[in-house]
Amino acid sequence: MSMSNGPSANQVGLLVALCAFFSPLCLAQSPGLGQQVSAVELQAVDFTIMPDGSGLPPGSGDARRGATVYQMHCLSCHGEQGVGGLNDRLAGGHGSLTSNSPVKTVGSYWPYATTLFDYVRRAMPYTAPGNLNDDDLFAVTAYVLFVNGIVGETTVVDANTLPGIKMPNVDNFVWAVPSD
Amino acid sequence: MLQGPSDAGNGLYGRRYFLKTGLASGAALFAAHGHAAPQRPEWMRTPGAGMSIAGSPSRFEEHVQRSHIGSQRGTDGSGSSRTPLQHLDGLITPSRLHFERHHSGIPDIDPDRHTLYVHGLVKRPLAFDVDTLARYPMVSRIQFLECSGNSFGLIAPQAAQADCAALHGLISVSEWGGVPLSILLDEAGILPKGKWLVADGADSAVMSRSVPLSKIMDDAIVALYQNGERLRPSNGYPMRLFLPGWEGNACVKWLRSVKVTDGPSMAKDETSKYSDSQMDGSAKLFTFPMDVKSVITQPSPGLDLPAKGEYQVAGLAWSGAGRIRSVDVSVDGGASWAQAMLDDHVLPKCATRFRAAWRWDGAPAVIMSRAVDDTGAVQPTREVLMSNRAPGAFYHMNPIQAWRVDGDGGVSNVYV
Repeated sequence: MSMSNGPSANQVGLLVALCAFFSPLCLAQSPGLGQQVSAVELQAVDFTIMPDGSGLPPGSGDARRGATVYQMHCLSCHGEQGVGGLNDRLAGGHGSLTSNSPVKTVGSYWPYATTLFDYVRRAMPYTAPGNLNDDDLFAVTAYVLFVNGIVGETTVVDANTLPGIKMPNVDNFVWAVPSD
Repeated sequence: MLQGPSDAGNGLYGRRYFLKTGLASGAALFAAHGHAAPQRPEWMRTPGAGMSIAGSPSRFEEHVQRSHIGSQRGTDGSGSSRTPLQHLDGLITPSRLHFERHHSGIPDIDPDRHTLYVHGLVKRPLAFDVDTLARYPMVSRIQFLECSGNSFGLIAPQAAQADCAALHGLISVSEWGGVPLSILLDEAGILPKGKWLVADGADSAVMSRSVPLSKIMDDAIVALYQNGERLRPSNGYPMRLFLPGWEGNACVKWLRSVKVTDGPSMAKDETSKYSDSQMDGSAKLFTFPMDVKSVITQPSPGLDLPAKGEYQVAGLAWSGAGRIRSVDVSVDGGASWAQAMLDDHVLPKCATRFRAAWRWDGAPAVIMSRAVDDTGAVQPTREVLMSNRAPGAFYHMNPIQAWRVDGDGGVSNVYV
């Protein structure tokens, strides 16, 4: 049995650990309790789609198919061809932003087409989000772009083509924070 | 009684007067009322109610409620409710009265089934359950949270007739407690390419905003506590992102995922919604900080002055850039100003309560406040603020706000 007068190595270790935990100077110290995450888990959790298209899933669709998806899931809130519904207008308003009555729609205002897929996948349809499959999502994205005159009715929208679609208003945004 | 010369025109007494007379606040402004000797009321004749597991306001305060609850058509959870600023004093907003702004209702989250994922451009993607996070070192700070759409009513060409809550009630003040997000990101190990962070909520809209990592590493927290208790569901239970001084929309509630990225995701809310359109048709993205601002909460519409005499003029001032340095008050439409008294707590990125005393002579008057923060930024006039905005652009409205007091004591919103 040790009869040392000083603190044991274990006690010193504990003291250091406690200092690291509680000292305000050491607040950035992490107790390191985070759990490892599997790739499968992350894929299920990660909704983020970047303007360069990263994060987009496989699958594809065009406006012709998208019209059917739209009729079933979107029309009741957003109106015929994205106009005149109960909630946000999706189409038209082109060239209105410098007028006395700007009309902000996906077509007239949104800077990136990828945002449309990202948002619809997250949040739409409002009462039952998460119910559209990836082909439906690409198709209804294509449809909203089509009713804004941005893509043709049979243009295939997928992970390769969507980030390349230039939105009409993209050049009219300035960043209020440094871009890097 | 207010005695001696006033500090500014029309009977306004400010900080100078309070310091001179030794009054710490606006107390003792009113003459003693001269009623007959009171009878012992019934509540002094029988023991009162017993204890209970949680308190609630007096039944005589039931009118102090969140108000102006509105939601997008066909929904009841995609809208906002407002804090009744005109009925509150001091600094802290009672949690039950904190304003709300939701995009797809309030989720009913079981904390045992909720996980925060930290991933993206990190060495080690990590998951934290609620109990684990509660073991981390925490900080708590008293700070404001303001929706960047607050005071949007002031873009109307004619001054809207509405009360203080309706016009300005999308700001609340709480003690927010939680874990610095920098600790979790350090544990995960940010890769050199990581510059931004995309935060997602666990609401049914998977509400999402991108935030520069510089802000996250500076003072962002994953908040678990509000005013000493766990977050209310309407404020993000069991955890939310809290970005001191930055627009409420970016403080993602019900936080579920933070992904380190090399740039913003250009999410719907940061592009199509919370962007600021200019006169030339361009729009600013990522206007995060809430600018210096103040509002007089008393008197205000609905709190009419019953008769000429002495009144306290009180309000809140705040800035996302730092502390409030001073607040000027005018009761003659801006012709003259006196510095207001500030309550003891003048905290960074927090609201500060200001007070002045006014001897109202019964004539029509216009009362205003103008805040200055410790960077020297001064709350602008409405005219200046509106000069370069596109029609309908309503975010980040922080103009000097004026109330008109009519000869009969009625208070209304007015532009000067």
